[in-house]
Amino acid sequence: MDRLLNVMTVLSAALMLTILFAVRRSHIRVEYSVSWLTATFVLLVLSRSRPLLGWVTNLLGVGDSPLTLIMVVFAVFLVVFYRFSMIISNLKDANIALTQRLAIVEFQLQNGHERH
Amino acid sequence: MRRARGPDDFLILIPAFNEQAAIAGVLQEIDRVLPDAPVLVVDDCSQDSTYDVARAAGADVMRLPAHLGLGGCVQAGYKLAFELGYGYVIRVDGDGQHNPRDIPRVLAALKETGYEMIIGSRFCNGASGHTSPARGIGIRLFRLVLRPILGKAVYDPTSGFVGVNREALGVFTRSFPLEYPEIETLVVLQRKKFRFEEIPCQMRPRQGGRSTITASKSFYYIIHVLLGVFVNVLKFEGKRKH
Repeated sequence: MDRLLNVMTVLSAALMLTILFAVRRSHIRVEYSVSWLTATFVLLVLSRSRPLLGWVTNLLGVGDSPLTLIMVVFAVFLVVFYRFSMIISNLKDANIALTQRLAIVEFQLQNGHERH
Repeated sequence: MRRARGPDDFLILIPAFNEQAAIAGVLQEIDRVLPDAPVLVVDDCSQDSTYDVARAAGADVMRLPAHLGLGGCVQAGYKLAFELGYGYVIRVDGDGQHNPRDIPRVLAALKETGYEMIIGSRFCNGASGHTSPARGIGIRLFRLVLRPILGKAVYDPTSGFVGVNREALGVFTRSFPLEYPEIETLVVLQRKKFRFEEIPCQMRPRQGGRSTITASKSFYYIIHVLLGVFVNVLKFEGKRKH
């Protein structure tokens, strides 16, 4: 149990630092780092606070604290992936609209259309 | 390419992706049947010389700077047609499967019925049509799924030979299924209380190139389309106009 929590602490901290460095180098935009930083913070706190982990375990009705941690990890990353799916979908829509607009403008310029 | 001369003017739209083998023949056929009709080829960033071949054949060609897939390609053409003021758009595939001699009939049906969409159907009136066995199974499945949703039978839901009027054009410029549009489009129309009709048309084997829906993509195609249909059903906004 202790080893699992320690591993989770190290992983969470490493992930959090990685995200922060990525933001600092502009590899990840600040608004997209929020989900990751929140997720790693939750995991870090849960892995360092036995009482809190016990409380969540009782709340979920799970008989095993490690299982609770794994469930929380899974749930947190599902939320992050959901948020990123929405962001990617919006970006794809924007890309398609821009591509179409660019093609139309290029076409009309080539054909010498006067736009009203 | 000229602007529409009036609200009844129509545009022939040909979405094309890697159709260098067939596109010139399609354009020549259209020119023989409808010599003065404006034709727009939308090249979906082909890797072959579709753009050059179509230009050499005398067509107006709008080239997309990135590959968008069939739906994005068709929607780009719809957007341009809408902006140029066209009242009707007839979509014809660039692979030569559709006979341009049927275009005037699709246009006439659009004008006479006032329906928002006319589908050129290879299976209408009990005709067997030309299609592969795998596609035939898919079409039967989609017929079964669409029948209760649309409240009427649709015999050729995957047909790309489609005419739309300006009302439908306005809707499609804002919302159009992007990957495999034919089937989802019917549900979009249903949601908007628009009407469609099928008329029998001749379909031929493709004159060149390859279908984008390969055998390995067929399963993905079916799942994607079914999901798209059900997502659109969830957005259902009211009953169909009678």
